[in-house]
Amino acid sequence: MEKIIGEPKKAFMTGNETVAWACLAAGADIMFGYPITPQNEVMHYWTRLAPKYNRNFLQTEDELSAGFTTCGAVQAGKKAFTATAGPGNVLMQEPFGMAEAMRLPVLSIIQQRGGPSSGTVVYSQQEVTLTTYGGNGEGHRIVYSTATHQEVYDYVIKGFNTAWKYRFPTFVLGDGYQAKMREPLEMYDPQDKGIEIIQPYPLIGIPGKIGEDREPQHLCNIYSLEEELYEVVMRVSAEYESISPEIVEFQARNCEDADIIIISHGVVSRAADDAVKILRAQGIKAGYFRPITLRPFPQQQLREVITQSGAKYLLIAESAYGQLERLIKQEIYGETVEIETLFMPGVGIIDFDIIKKVKSII
Amino acid sequence: MEMLAPATPKSWYLPTKPHKFCPGCGHGITLKALGEAIDELGIQQETIFGCDIGCSLLAWNFFACDSTQTHHGRTTPVMVGIKRARPELITIGYMGDGGGYSIGSQHLLNSAVRNEKVTLILVNNTNYGMTGGQMAPTTLPGQITETSPYGRDPETTGYPTRGPEFIAELTPEGAYVARATVSKYKQLKRLIRNAIRNQMEGNGFSFVEVLSTCPTNWRTNANQTWNFLEEKMEQYFPVGEIKSPLGKGDK
Repeated sequence: MEKIIGEPKKAFMTGNETVAWACLAAGADIMFGYPITPQNEVMHYWTRLAPKYNRNFLQTEDELSAGFTTCGAVQAGKKAFTATAGPGNVLMQEPFGMAEAMRLPVLSIIQQRGGPSSGTVVYSQQEVTLTTYGGNGEGHRIVYSTATHQEVYDYVIKGFNTAWKYRFPTFVLGDGYQAKMREPLEMYDPQDKGIEIIQPYPLIGIPGKIGEDREPQHLCNIYSLEEELYEVVMRVSAEYESISPEIVEFQARNCEDADIIIISHGVVSRAADDAVKILRAQGIKAGYFRPITLRPFPQQQLREVITQSGAKYLLIAESAYGQLERLIKQEIYGETVEIETLFMPGVGIIDFDIIKKVKSII
Repeated sequence: MEMLAPATPKSWYLPTKPHKFCPGCGHGITLKALGEAIDELGIQQETIFGCDIGCSLLAWNFFACDSTQTHHGRTTPVMVGIKRARPELITIGYMGDGGGYSIGSQHLLNSAVRNEKVTLILVNNTNYGMTGGQMAPTTLPGQITETSPYGRDPETTGYPTRGPEFIAELTPEGAYVARATVSKYKQLKRLIRNAIRNQMEGNGFSFVEVLSTCPTNWRTNANQTWNFLEEKMEQYFPVGEIKSPLGKGDK
């Protein structure tokens, strides 16, 4: 595969620029996009870089089209991606639903903005429910929630591989801060880190002569009978569940003896990490747990952490009004640990906010 | 007495025949013309057929061509995505008037403006057939449907969309735009073939609207069905090539 970066090198750039470079390095062929803040610069950088590396871009008429053209391109066997936010993410739930139904390896970068509706163009964690369980389906998707630009780079590369290996639509869930901030990171070509890039392959327009070597491909997402659909959904569910243990990722620190475990995801986890360090220095037994995959959720791992620590409290901190909390509650149903919350919808959370909340609980 | 089997196009997928369209429906005629056009152009192996939701979706496994079925109105962007990714493939999108002119109109309009190198065939039967006969953008003034039970009133619901006419205005030279009817088979096949040839030659966006019949929802007998098509529809929607970069005299 073509080397883009050469020797691994340090960079200082915005998250959106990071996405564009990571897509190049991962071997993405084409991006379909539609302007919406705060993801615009993904397109800005991609349109500048793509022609130099013989890659393609199409600015579509809306996000429905960006999603469906991406679906078409992956069916044709190309590594295609899109990026969106907020109301654009809402519109894209329709093509994402098709990607779920037809097992299309679509990679989407979501840079969360404030909601509902137009909300703000700045930041939030309010697209968790939409990105994990949006659409008229069962949430058969893989969602990585990144916290740093290094992770944005790493997980965009990994996201393409996950999508093409397992053929479930895959998401890198960032936010306006991660999109617009500048931060240091190391860029690299995946092969230099021993990462094997999974090659795309077509689902239609495949080799072999129809009628002689093979049957025609007839892809569909609609069924005449209830039972036919039932079979498909049950089969896909079973497959999703069987691969979930290989996909699940999380971080846990200082949980072994914790009285209170702070759970957060994405950029908020950086504040939680700092808060735990400060609280520990003050003699408060705080722990840190962060799901990196929101779908599938590290359910078993979180249950084990709760059980092993014997913690009295979980504190769920998020820049939304309970979207992460609902995910956690459904995953750890039956646990008796007390759940406290710090909901700051649409605004950033810093270590001080979490420390103050912890001290009001303990 | 021995039954004489009608000739079927080579590009049809025989295990799914007879097809599932209602008796008297024009889809079968349109898809026969499309199948014969694919055969004559010798493109069965490189054709990607895509269909919409609505009655057109019943064509999802109609051809012995690689095929994909999409959502209502979204066949256009899926075909565009395939063509942009693999320009060597010949992409043929198939949809109804609701999918093309209503729920997917932004895709049709903008792909026409961008002169996307795809071929789209839109079947106009003046109503939403699959969902039970509601008013469509193409429903004629005064026509009774389930959502215009007293007849379509242009004062409150506007006049029928003349798709090829607006697409011709939007597209640059190189685009192919035509309207055919299932009542004139030879012309129907020729216009469809031209619309595919135009994509093969890389000239531009290629669009054919096909006037079609829906006796099930029109609640018409054979005579009434054909009269409505030939007298009413063909009067409001003029048939023929509107725009063609292909040489004259092509038969």
